[in-house]
Amino acid sequence: MIPGIGNLTQDTLWCFSQVKGTIDIGVTEADIISTVEFNHTGELLATGDKGGRVVIFQREQESKNQLHRRGEYNVYSTFQSHEPEFDYLKSLEIEEKINKIRWLPQQNAAYFLLSTNDKTVKLWKVSERDKRPEGYNLKDEDGRLRDPATITTLRVPVLRPMDLMVEATPRRVFANAHTYHINSISVNSDYETYMSADDLRINLWNFEITNQSFNIVDIKPANMEELTEVITAAEFHPLHCNTFVYSSSKGTIRLCDMRASALCDRHTKFFEEPEDPSNRSFFSEIISSISDVKFSHSGRYIMTRDYLTVKVWDLNMENRPIETYQVHDYLRSKLCSLYENDCIFDKFECVWNGSDSVIMTGSYNNFFRMFDRNTKRDVTLEASRENSKPRAILKPRKVCVGGKRRKDEISVDSLDFSKKILHTAWHPSENIIAVAATNNLYIFQDKVN
Amino acid sequence: METDDREGNRMWEEDSSPKHLLDTMFARGIKRKCFDGEEDIEGTLAGFKSVPSYNLQRQSLLDMSLVKLQLCHMLVEPNLCRSVLIANTVRQIQEEMTQDGTWQVINAQNTGQASLDRLVSSDILCRSTKEQGEGKLVPSYSSFSKDFEDIQSQDIISDLSTVASVQAPRNPQSNVWEMENPQENRGNFQKSLDQIFETLENKNPNSVEDLFSDVDNSYYDLDTVLTGMMSNTKMGHCDVLESFSSQTTTNSNSNCKSDINELDHIVEILVES
Repeated sequence: MIPGIGNLTQDTLWCFSQVKGTIDIGVTEADIISTVEFNHTGELLATGDKGGRVVIFQREQESKNQLHRRGEYNVYSTFQSHEPEFDYLKSLEIEEKINKIRWLPQQNAAYFLLSTNDKTVKLWKVSERDKRPEGYNLKDEDGRLRDPATITTLRVPVLRPMDLMVEATPRRVFANAHTYHINSISVNSDYETYMSADDLRINLWNFEITNQSFNIVDIKPANMEELTEVITAAEFHPLHCNTFVYSSSKGTIRLCDMRASALCDRHTKFFEEPEDPSNRSFFSEIISSISDVKFSHSGRYIMTRDYLTVKVWDLNMENRPIETYQVHDYLRSKLCSLYENDCIFDKFECVWNGSDSVIMTGSYNNFFRMFDRNTKRDVTLEASRENSKPRAILKPRKVCVGGKRRKDEISVDSLDFSKKILHTAWHPSENIIAVAATNNLYIFQDKVN
Repeated sequence: METDDREGNRMWEEDSSPKHLLDTMFARGIKRKCFDGEEDIEGTLAGFKSVPSYNLQRQSLLDMSLVKLQLCHMLVEPNLCRSVLIANTVRQIQEEMTQDGTWQVINAQNTGQASLDRLVSSDILCRSTKEQGEGKLVPSYSSFSKDFEDIQSQDIISDLSTVASVQAPRNPQSNVWEMENPQENRGNFQKSLDQIFETLENKNPNSVEDLFSDVDNSYYDLDTVLTGMMSNTKMGHCDVLESFSSQTTTNSNSNCKSDINELDHIVEILVES
């Protein structure tokens, strides 16, 4: 089977591979995973959590002796990226929760990633050190200075191997540019700039310059009383460094071209699906709010996630999506309860597989869904400890809406709404997925024959 | 999530819970009047309107939304997207109620005294220093809440509505947000919302504006407004509810004090820096 191309249910069987995190019943708030991201080769997998920490896993080299098993991901580096802060002017805390991590493409031996909380973006360098110099003249091996009078000969220090040490150092801190909460960061294809988006503004940064950023989108009304719409997500086009999109809480997507003007308040393209009048309710706007937007790897399509659906849009057609997939339509009759307990505001993310043929997104009860765009088949899988035997094949799950419940089905009223899968990631070229379930990270792979 | 999971994590085990009933009421409403083949249980407005409980449901939704706008975590800056979506929902309900004429009904029953305008405006701002100057709001809590409860039937949603109604003061006398024209309910609601935002932006027009003339006003923006007052930032979730229902003038005075204290605090920081 060609890696990265999935034909669901026929060829692809997903198996449990690994789970990271504790099994404790009580979840420490700080351990809740808030973002997951593979790097461009898939060799590294980064997670950020509510406590401001970043944990990077590295895939071990596949050994020739274990052909039936793909490389496992093991902890490579852990560091505290952001600390809680206090805004004295507003008397409010600034959370250290990592909202997003984005990798830079690798250009030398070190790895670089951007991590952000609500207010500050940081560029981290993760590098390995496996040699250290020995044989200094002026200090001994413990580092203590030697008495110069005792030195009778000179020697040249040599590099000797040491135990591998992985260091993470903050190379840049991009602060004080956002009044509102940062929801997205996106690295430009020029690898020189990136953007950060908050509720009302998008800023463009150069990696080398931390004390200035360029505002490229500003939707803050002159009169804040008139505010009815916010920015929910933004991303650069994967190939065209002048193009980016941003989504809104009203279910619209705007594509902007930075060559058109300095301030991209006027969009080049405007994507919006006309409202279905028969489905109108007081919750229509809330469930149309887009929680995530992602370009396909090809750059031809964008995918958006709103509360109940995932939509695929062709960049050349603005008036409606080309594909719409129902994630959990059985929740449509429960919107009032979900509004009351705030679940209706949950922001689910969505991801493409490497070949843009399959899309994946999360749901409740630790379920996640995959949709094959070619075969139009879909599957619901569950990330749970019960299915955590090595190489155990995941069984498709089904939610029954009403009437008779079959043996393996689960009824809508039994769903656990505290177990939500908001963050998932797909390896760039293989069928390996990472699924964040509260404080646990599950890694699944397709069955290798 | 704001609400706690009572029985473990099952949301709808308790059949008598308000949320469950709201859902089933919505569902039942549609089934009685459902057009053939209509899948969507949440339903069309046309389907709802003939059901007697629709107005009740809509009112609860309004109450719930207003509560949500006020009761947010005050330690961390609240989610602007969520606040905007809830505010839009409130506006939507108000618009519909105005078109329905339901808005008028409620006003008629309150005989020009309290209105839902004040429900919104006064609730959110009842502790602003400006309002304290008026000093008329607080004593009216009990009387308004009684009227409010009379409007709605005493049934299963009463829990939810009681919370909201207790928060709504009545102000018989002139008030900063007095309606000039009772007929223009819709415009006035919008005006009230606007006034909320405006009042919060110019928190205390006399002294504060001078002090903060150099400060970016966006600090006192929609996010602060929609989630309540700056003066509430030190209060926890329960404190806010308790203070709403305590209905004493001492409450308002102490909040006035905390306002002033906070102002001093801010001035101190500015002066020192």
